[in-house]
Amino acid sequence: MNSTNSKNARTLQYCLAINEALHQEMDRDPSVLIIGQGVKSPWYVGNTALGLLEKFGTRRVIDTPVSENAMTGAAVGAAIVGMRPVLIHPRMDFMMYAMDPIINQAANWHYMNGGRGKVPVVIWGIVNRGGEQGAQHSQAIHGIFAHVPGLKVVMPATPSDAKGLMVSAIRDDNPVMYIDDRWLHNVKGSVPEEPYEIPIGKATRIRDGKDVTIASISYMSLLSLKAAEELSCRGIDVELLDMRSVKPFDKDLLLESVEKTGRLIVADVGWQSFGFAAELSAFVSEAAFGFLKSPVVRVALPDLPTPAARTLEEAYFPKVDNIVTAVHKVMGKS
Amino acid sequence: MSEEVSMEHTVTLLERLYRTMLTIRLCEESLVDLILNGEIRTPCHLCSGQEAIAAGVCATLKPEDYIFGNHRSHGHYLAKGGSIRDLISEIYCRDTGCCRGRGGSMHVLSPDVGMWGAAPIVAGTISLALGAALAIQTRNQGRVAVSFFGDGATGEGVLYESMNFAALRKLPLIFVCENNFYSTHMPIRECRPDVPIFKIAEPFGIDSRQSDGNDVLIVYKEASRARELCLKGEGPVFLEFLTYRLRGHVGPDDNIQGCHTDIRPDCEVLEWQKKDPILRFERYLIEESLLDERVLQQIKEQVEEEVKEGHLYASSCSFPRGSDLDRYVFR
Repeated sequence: MNSTNSKNARTLQYCLAINEALHQEMDRDPSVLIIGQGVKSPWYVGNTALGLLEKFGTRRVIDTPVSENAMTGAAVGAAIVGMRPVLIHPRMDFMMYAMDPIINQAANWHYMNGGRGKVPVVIWGIVNRGGEQGAQHSQAIHGIFAHVPGLKVVMPATPSDAKGLMVSAIRDDNPVMYIDDRWLHNVKGSVPEEPYEIPIGKATRIRDGKDVTIASISYMSLLSLKAAEELSCRGIDVELLDMRSVKPFDKDLLLESVEKTGRLIVADVGWQSFGFAAELSAFVSEAAFGFLKSPVVRVALPDLPTPAARTLEEAYFPKVDNIVTAVHKVMGKS
Repeated sequence: MSEEVSMEHTVTLLERLYRTMLTIRLCEESLVDLILNGEIRTPCHLCSGQEAIAAGVCATLKPEDYIFGNHRSHGHYLAKGGSIRDLISEIYCRDTGCCRGRGGSMHVLSPDVGMWGAAPIVAGTISLALGAALAIQTRNQGRVAVSFFGDGATGEGVLYESMNFAALRKLPLIFVCENNFYSTHMPIRECRPDVPIFKIAEPFGIDSRQSDGNDVLIVYKEASRARELCLKGEGPVFLEFLTYRLRGHVGPDDNIQGCHTDIRPDCEVLEWQKKDPILRFERYLIEESLLDERVLQQIKEQVEEEVKEGHLYASSCSFPRGSDLDRYVFR
């Protein structure tokens, strides 16, 4: 999806782009370590951790017992005393055990200590769903974390962003939630060889357009691009923004785009209500009301737990069609 | 005082232990009236009566050793070397406080002296100390991490997760459980079966023992041994210290805002007052002719002066400005 200006860009899978970021950062900075369940196992983390254990050893690549609360706290504590841990939850659902160290401790730490304590931790959760896994192996809960002051939340959709945002997350002195998606792991894209940062809080305009803005995140950016191509055949010119960062999100680019098109669809991988899509909708209504030609429409998961049966999954997960339909709605067409 | 205690302690150490305990006691007690008259509002969980643990443990630690505390951590902060002024300012919530008035009583820290943070989520900082110990091991440093928590924390799962992982990797972590027999209003016998707390570490193969937490020399001995073991790679170590808080769970007494949230029998309180760690240590020092009464008196007067100065300073400092509300969210 993205093209890059680097002379050394080549095609790489999303999961291997993350892997490259980890290798390069761990090479560059001895304080970076990776800790979490399944870092030794492709079944858990795909190919994102390939070769790390062999290269950096068991002191810096730590596969843990099933203790999400303590392991997350340990990553936070290690960050407080000067390490740069990357803590992985191979399924985001299991992060629920770790809410205290993430929200009560990490998010608040710098502020409640008057700036005298910092937490340069990356808390990485993989959205791992489908395949009839059911409700507790499927959740994308970035909305919950984005609600909390003191956390940054990023969700790259492309291989080049996956690498650049992991690098940025590691180098950031604050707690950053890095959320990727198994459904993106095999996506290929152009990735520069050298280490580079993608700024947190900056979206990217994947497609210029004048009729309607789609602001999307993570896997929905893939679907939105397909929807945009389909819509273009029907004479509707979509401007597609891959938001990349949930929090902070790129208010400037979003406003610039909405002021141009006057129409906004937000395509999110989380649930419809009380989440990222709801936030962008509220923000645009406050900041760009006069520019809107129609209400903001959210395309997201229905407010339901994730089912197992494939027929129900089919009805549950948004598709390209849902985005196309939403665009037609804001364009006033049937 | 225990007769098994070695008589080889230096005068410097004895003075330090006495001074530290007294600093904690006088500081805590100086807050009482201000809490009662409302000038101090942040909830203060006073550690009067438990000073020997903070003093004895921290006396064996170096500045580069990491400690993490809880809601009752004024003593840990002072014993590790934190400034009285900065602590009292924080309790007054002034912008000169150790957390610039953003934390209040329950968030005190002084990283320069190795006090890396405190927080009131029960057992919330245990895993942070675990992480500090992990950092020590990764960086191959000759230092230890200490986690201070109470008997109430033995109800939290993360303590057991932390013991498991620390034992698995032989981390240089000292678990210090200050058992004062009450978890806010709940007596310990209503929280856990009648099994000594230190035994919870045994299934993990952790060196674990229970001691008199009101005998500062015993605390010092146990903590020193624990530190040695950790430095040799034989950690973690679990230390349970029996003690008692002379004040309320929060505030000066058990009668918080008119509601008796924890009612302890008067006879029990009286019994423990007799075991006051500072009075016991004073008696011991004098009876064994280890320190002169005049020296003790001198120390007392110096500490009184420091605490008084701390209050004068703190109460004259300004509160943080409302316009600075959004500072310090991110680095």
